[in-house]
Amino acid sequence: MYRKVIFPVDMAHIERLTKALQTATDLARHYQAELCFVGVTSTVPGPVGHTPAEYEARLNQFAQEHATNGLKTSAKACVSHDPAIDTDKTLLQAIRDLGGDLVIMQTHAPNVLDYIWAGHGDTIAAHSEASVFLVR
Amino acid sequence: MANLDDDAQPEEAGESLPEPEGASEVIETDYEIGQDNITPKIGPFGLDIHNPVFVVSGLVVVAFVIITLAFQDTVGPALGAMRGYLTSTFDWFLIMAGNIFVLVCLGILVSPLGKIRIGGAEATPDYSYAGWFAMLFAAGMGIGLMFFGVLEPAYYFGTPWGDQPLSRDIGIVDGALMDPATVEAARLTAMAATIYHWGLHPWAIYAVVALSLALFAYNKGLPLTVRSIFYPIFGEKIWGWRGHVIDIMAVFATLFGLATSLGFGAQQASAGIGYVFGIEGINDTVTFSVVLIAIITGLALISVLRGLDGGVKVLSEINMVLAIILMVFVILVGPTMTLVSQFFGNMGAYFSEIFALSNPVGRDDDGYRQGWTAFYWAWWISWSPFVGMFIARVSRGRSVREFITCVLLIPTIVSAIWMTAFGGTAIDQLINQVTDSAVYGFVIETYVPELSLFGMLSELPFAAITSVIGIVLVIVFFVTSSDSGSLVIDTITAGGKINAPVSQRVFWVIFEGLVAATLLLGGGLVALQAASVSTGLPFAIVLLLACYALIKGLMSEPR
Repeated sequence: MYRKVIFPVDMAHIERLTKALQTATDLARHYQAELCFVGVTSTVPGPVGHTPAEYEARLNQFAQEHATNGLKTSAKACVSHDPAIDTDKTLLQAIRDLGGDLVIMQTHAPNVLDYIWAGHGDTIAAHSEASVFLVR
Repeated sequence: MANLDDDAQPEEAGESLPEPEGASEVIETDYEIGQDNITPKIGPFGLDIHNPVFVVSGLVVVAFVIITLAFQDTVGPALGAMRGYLTSTFDWFLIMAGNIFVLVCLGILVSPLGKIRIGGAEATPDYSYAGWFAMLFAAGMGIGLMFFGVLEPAYYFGTPWGDQPLSRDIGIVDGALMDPATVEAARLTAMAATIYHWGLHPWAIYAVVALSLALFAYNKGLPLTVRSIFYPIFGEKIWGWRGHVIDIMAVFATLFGLATSLGFGAQQASAGIGYVFGIEGINDTVTFSVVLIAIITGLALISVLRGLDGGVKVLSEINMVLAIILMVFVILVGPTMTLVSQFFGNMGAYFSEIFALSNPVGRDDDGYRQGWTAFYWAWWISWSPFVGMFIARVSRGRSVREFITCVLLIPTIVSAIWMTAFGGTAIDQLINQVTDSAVYGFVIETYVPELSLFGMLSELPFAAITSVIGIVLVIVFFVTSSDSGSLVIDTITAGGKINAPVSQRVFWVIFEGLVAATLLLGGGLVALQAASVSTGLPFAIVLLLACYALIKGLMSEPR
């Protein structure tokens, strides 16, 4: 039913992704779909990488680590000039470019701020043409 | 993960990490970007801030706003006295420091170090030349060019207050034009002295900061914050209190340097609105300026929420187009041929007078040297962490030589063209109409600096349209500075992280507006200038050390 599952990943907070990551690997295996990890980085040195190339290497390695039991994984590192603002836009573009048909992502429980500032998951769900599965 | 030596920490890095886009000399440190950050939650707002740097800067700024508002009557005179003391006591130091920055930049430009590429040998530029240049120009001078373009040359040409540069003869004395030879000499001195303040020296200050930040972030892999520059001097100790002090000083310098420009901008925009729309007495109090700061801060907020590419970059390009339109208009309807021929004369005068003007000792033109040059240098220095970090952020992929050419030489020429167009037209009006010209009324007869630009425009055709463009430009420059400034302060106070929650940028954009408004209420422009001088002066010492670290850092790069 699904051919390509997109999993946006925040490499700085991998430890918080357990539930969503499990959901993504299980579903990808179930539908024999490719699981593509998409990360957004900047050109400025950050906690995850000093350069975009270093970030990409870490993301690739992360993807390979999850390629177990016949699961096909891939990785896509996107560079944004201003990830604090442009992350949603960059992710939406990546989902389109990669031809993902299911997006699975971690999000936070809704709070009052969501009325003013939607979370990344909310924005992706509202604007992506792919199906979106938000894991609270 | 900060340690790039995968043999030392195989469990972290796992595999050999790739070179950062071609050869570059990454500094190995155990410091992890963001390791000193705390992530408190205030209501629904999650923050990601560097512990001592954000907390100290935030509290001091809030305290400053409250105290200045509470003691409006005493803060103003105190700040004014401080400005006078600092610029008259340390003028030689500031002027000397400015010369050192220019020499360092020119030295790097012609040396083999110029071949090094920011971001590693194979890095490619993030922005096109036009977008890059628009952003660095809008950040670097912006409002200042609007405020001083007419004011400064006209002032030096006919000042009745004895502030003429190098104590030369002035062109107008007591409302009477001097003989043609004196007038021409006074005009050339005025233009050279103005271009001196907007030419190589300020851009060298920016270039030193920007190049250092870019080098230590993009080539050495250190966090994008001011303390990283000092790694060659202090080593790992830079992550301790020394670094905190440097970063906090950078935050204050940025905040007050920015507030000065915002104050100038608000005064000029409100004066312009009053002048164009015939509203009497709009600038008798600062109320309207403060209202304007509030509105413009609101606009800056929208720009902040649109991010770097959707906000600052777009605004900078709008600015660039509007500024070019205004300048071309002034050149075409003004004394076109005179201006064209004057440009080369002005550049010649600049280069022949630069040694006399930049000489730090043994001069008797106190009014000019202390009141103007020393103030400018301190102002540029206090702006430099802001402009420098902003330029650094958009300059990845440029070679050092390309960088210095575009940050030092081209802006100097553009500033000289701008000053020739605006100042040259203003002086031409002074020469032809003497006391009847509006510029005479606003600059020499009575000193109303914020109206000088509109006075000059009022004598050209379509004054209503061009004045409105002038006001719009001031406002858009204002929004751009406020937005990019909050971006920079946020990065410094987040320990070099650029993806910290946006609510922090919102905090800084609001406080920049508040500081500017507070300073205007608590003493007007004098208070603004005093604030930037007193934060710029100590930062000059920091920058001199940075020159040493920059050269050391460049020498260790593979060439």
